[in-house]
Amino acid sequence: MKNYNLYNFTANELNKKLLKKEITCTEITTDVITRIEEIEDRLNSFINIEKEKALSTAREVDRLIARGEKICDLTGIPVAIKDNICTEGIKTTCASRMLEDYVPGYDATVIKKLKGCNYVMIGKANMDEFAMGSSNESSYFGPVKNPWDTTRVPGGSSGGPAASVAAGEAICALGTDTGGSIRQPAALCGVVGFKPTYGMVSRYGAVAFASSLDQIGSITKDVEDCASMLNVICGYDKNDSTSINMDAPDYKSFLIPDIKGLKIGIPEELMVEGIAPEVKEKVLYVIKLAEDMGAKVEEVSIPGLKHALSVYCIISSSEASSNLARFDGVRYGYRDTEAQTLREMYRKTRTKGFGDEVKRRIIIGTYCLSAGYYDAYYEKAQKVRTLIVNDFKKAFSKFDVLLSPTSPTTAFRIGEKIEDPLTMYLSDICTLPANIAGLPAVSIPAGLSEEGLPIGVQIIGNILREDNVLRVAYSLEKAIGFDKKPGL
Amino acid sequence: MERISKDDVRHVAKLAELELEEKDLKRFVLQLDKVLDYVAEISSVDTEGVAPTSHVLDVKNVFRDDEPGESFTTEYALKNAPDEVDGGFKVPKID
Repeated sequence: MKNYNLYNFTANELNKKLLKKEITCTEITTDVITRIEEIEDRLNSFINIEKEKALSTAREVDRLIARGEKICDLTGIPVAIKDNICTEGIKTTCASRMLEDYVPGYDATVIKKLKGCNYVMIGKANMDEFAMGSSNESSYFGPVKNPWDTTRVPGGSSGGPAASVAAGEAICALGTDTGGSIRQPAALCGVVGFKPTYGMVSRYGAVAFASSLDQIGSITKDVEDCASMLNVICGYDKNDSTSINMDAPDYKSFLIPDIKGLKIGIPEELMVEGIAPEVKEKVLYVIKLAEDMGAKVEEVSIPGLKHALSVYCIISSSEASSNLARFDGVRYGYRDTEAQTLREMYRKTRTKGFGDEVKRRIIIGTYCLSAGYYDAYYEKAQKVRTLIVNDFKKAFSKFDVLLSPTSPTTAFRIGEKIEDPLTMYLSDICTLPANIAGLPAVSIPAGLSEEGLPIGVQIIGNILREDNVLRVAYSLEKAIGFDKKPGL
Repeated sequence: MERISKDDVRHVAKLAELELEEKDLKRFVLQLDKVLDYVAEISSVDTEGVAPTSHVLDVKNVFRDDEPGESFTTEYALKNAPDEVDGGFKVPKID
């Protein structure tokens, strides 16, 4: 019997079907590819679709299953990989002209781990250039459209990963999150996006944007798939000097549908100005659900959050200006070939290779680090960062998790904010505090707005308390019962 | 209030090896001025005696034995090079 619309299922549902031999991996992969061929010209979720490679991997996986080999949750599951994560022999462009033809000779650690459980790489997903943006409009390869309304942005910078999972062009995806780049697009596309504790997932092979804030994480259709992804990608790696040297727990063991007695804090600084009324309303609805299940919910003040965007802007731009100095046209990437001298070559290469948003951030960062301004901007920001970290510590001495909106608004229109960088940066106001303090955080869908656009709620946990985050997310997901799909 | 001038932006861009055309420069000055004006609010925060964050977790330095591992081959290292000569990266003349 032919199985229709397998792309609508979760990884765990497909895994059960694979184990019962109701379907084959080739059928799943073919179905997802058909879906991509149907809708990709309307979404632009991918920079590079690996159709042939995916199908040949799928056939291999089918042979492996036929031999009775042990499989894990993600075996044979089509996964989209954000295009700033290195894949051996497959272009990794960072959605930039600078790396348009760059082919890494090695796999990122997370890719090695996924290969270890025989996943199917379906393609490299579109994103904001070098992960700098909140709308996916800064991609050299054109914007991604939101599957719920293609005149709107999918969020960013992991717009491709989020849109592809929401639309069934992939079952799961890997993204990166520096200030909300997994959670904000997950919220705007109605899927689950998780950023683990800083250091829990190796960053080896992820092209660096702001090294003290970057973290790889997952985008999935539900919280159970999220735990399955974490089970694969988390863990110590000697190739990442910031990797936490400890064994990763079994994240699926935290999927407990019970939050009775748990203490949930609502940071008042994330519920005030700029939050759209219908977003606020949805968060209040979720708070009510949590209370009905026996959680203790209270408001909490985290005063340092008032300065979070400033701190984030300064630190992320400074680190970016330093990290992106490596793109000089010498060893890899784009080179301007008209230049006559070395310095001219550097300048022309970088001027033509980078887009506007990347240039703006490099300039802000260089300015903040330059002589005479370093103390007032960069060092001051790192001090205020300490205050924010301390404020969170205080909050987590009283609460198990914090709950807030993920994004202050629903998906905005393409072109609406692109000429106003500050307004664009404000779309990450609720998500970036977790990066500043290295905390694990997830966004789950809470429902739709009146216009039919997804709204997400964010759950933030203390350092290494993924258990609390997953438990609350899993319980609330069950209570919310969000089962809508975009009408594409 | 003007935090950053056209000359500042031109100078900083030069430090970062970027060129800006006149029309972009004008646009950038307005956009960057707005951003810098916003972030300048942190100057009002009292950080007396506060240490700057160097790492969000309590990490210690890690030592390992100094043993040679595998390295990239020359061929591999040059695979993505825009230009090469005699096993090295080739660049235009240094001015």
